[in-house]
Amino acid sequence: MKLRIVSFFAAALMAGFPLAAPAASSGPIVHIKNFMFVPATVTVTPGTTVSFVNDDEEPHTVTSTVKAFDSEGLDTNQTFKQTFAKTGTYLYFCEVHPYMHGTVIVKAAK
Amino acid sequence: MKRAAFLEHVGWTGGGIAFAMTATGTFAAAAPGSDFTFVQISDSHIGFSLPANPDVLGTLNATVDRINALPQQPAFVMHTGDVTHLSKVEQFDAAKSVLGRLKAPLFVIPGEHDAIGAEGVKRFAAAFPNAAAPDGWWSFDRNGVHFISLVNVFNFETMGVLGTKQLDWLEKDLKAQKADTPIVVFGHVPLYALYPAWGWTTEDGAKAIAMLKRFSAVTVLNGHIHQIITQREGNISFATAAATAYPQPAPGTAAAPGPLTVPAPELLGRLGYRNVSFTGTHATVSDRSLQAG
Repeated sequence: MKLRIVSFFAAALMAGFPLAAPAASSGPIVHIKNFMFVPATVTVTPGTTVSFVNDDEEPHTVTSTVKAFDSEGLDTNQTFKQTFAKTGTYLYFCEVHPYMHGTVIVKAAK
Repeated sequence: MKRAAFLEHVGWTGGGIAFAMTATGTFAAAAPGSDFTFVQISDSHIGFSLPANPDVLGTLNATVDRINALPQQPAFVMHTGDVTHLSKVEQFDAAKSVLGRLKAPLFVIPGEHDAIGAEGVKRFAAAFPNAAAPDGWWSFDRNGVHFISLVNVFNFETMGVLGTKQLDWLEKDLKAQKADTPIVVFGHVPLYALYPAWGWTTEDGAKAIAMLKRFSAVTVLNGHIHQIITQREGNISFATAAATAYPQPAPGTAAAPGPLTVPAPELLGRLGYRNVSFTGTHATVSDRSLQAG
């Protein structure tokens, strides 16, 4: 999977394609460690992609409380990426361990 | 006819841990049926491959071999959940290929790892269809013992919940039972507040426990925490089971309740199955590890 992405980018570069047309900007990484989202709250601008990485030996999910997004089961070292297009406050939790909560705040840049 | 039930906790022995849950009285001889046994297994986490146990399929296979070799075959084997690690189709398939070797009939309760997302719940139902349990929970009778199989992992956003619908069903189900009928309750997550900080509790479990109080001998068998912990409340005996996959830390002894990696020679001694034998209303519960011997 990783290899395929790399080769796609390489091919795109060689062909001189603009890679970042209206693409999402990559944003913060939220680590899932010891059954916690760290940091529990991140604030980003619209269009930012937030990465969630499971550092635990236990599977977790990144699931919107209103089902706006859902990673499904993330195994150890698996990453889930979610782009937040619109401003707002997005609450999420782990469906396997529902006492784990996190928040993404999306605010327009000043 | 006055009866008292007690729980005798022997501790880990060569053959595992054993305790007896007994109802004393004059009725034992009159109890329907005589000797019969059943087996509980739990937390197989097929799909897991980290150092805590790189071969969960192998230890499940070993568990099935032990059960198939029992001189008295159990009336049934109850798997109390977390058959898979991530509710994946191939994980359910692999688990079924091993569990399908059991000589005895198999019943399965979902754990939260078998019910990740709406797809997980559907895959579980497809892997282990049970026409007698349209909502997941159900009850059945064997040899004068009333068995109840509960589900406490289906509620989106709050795990460890039975819910009003299931509690209403349980109330009706128990109303039809006599107070001296031995009751055995299965579920994945412990029914009482074993260690809430780690989610080792059923939020509305107290309501179910209250309904069970009028019975003279109740045994509640759960999984989820990958270790044997027993507890007693009046006539109700609680016992969580060892996993077939990997152990977990004792409550509060680690930063989080993830897999516990023990030295390789110790692993099989932390995994196993539970044999429960009934003689009349007298139940003997014995936990047996996969350690040789």
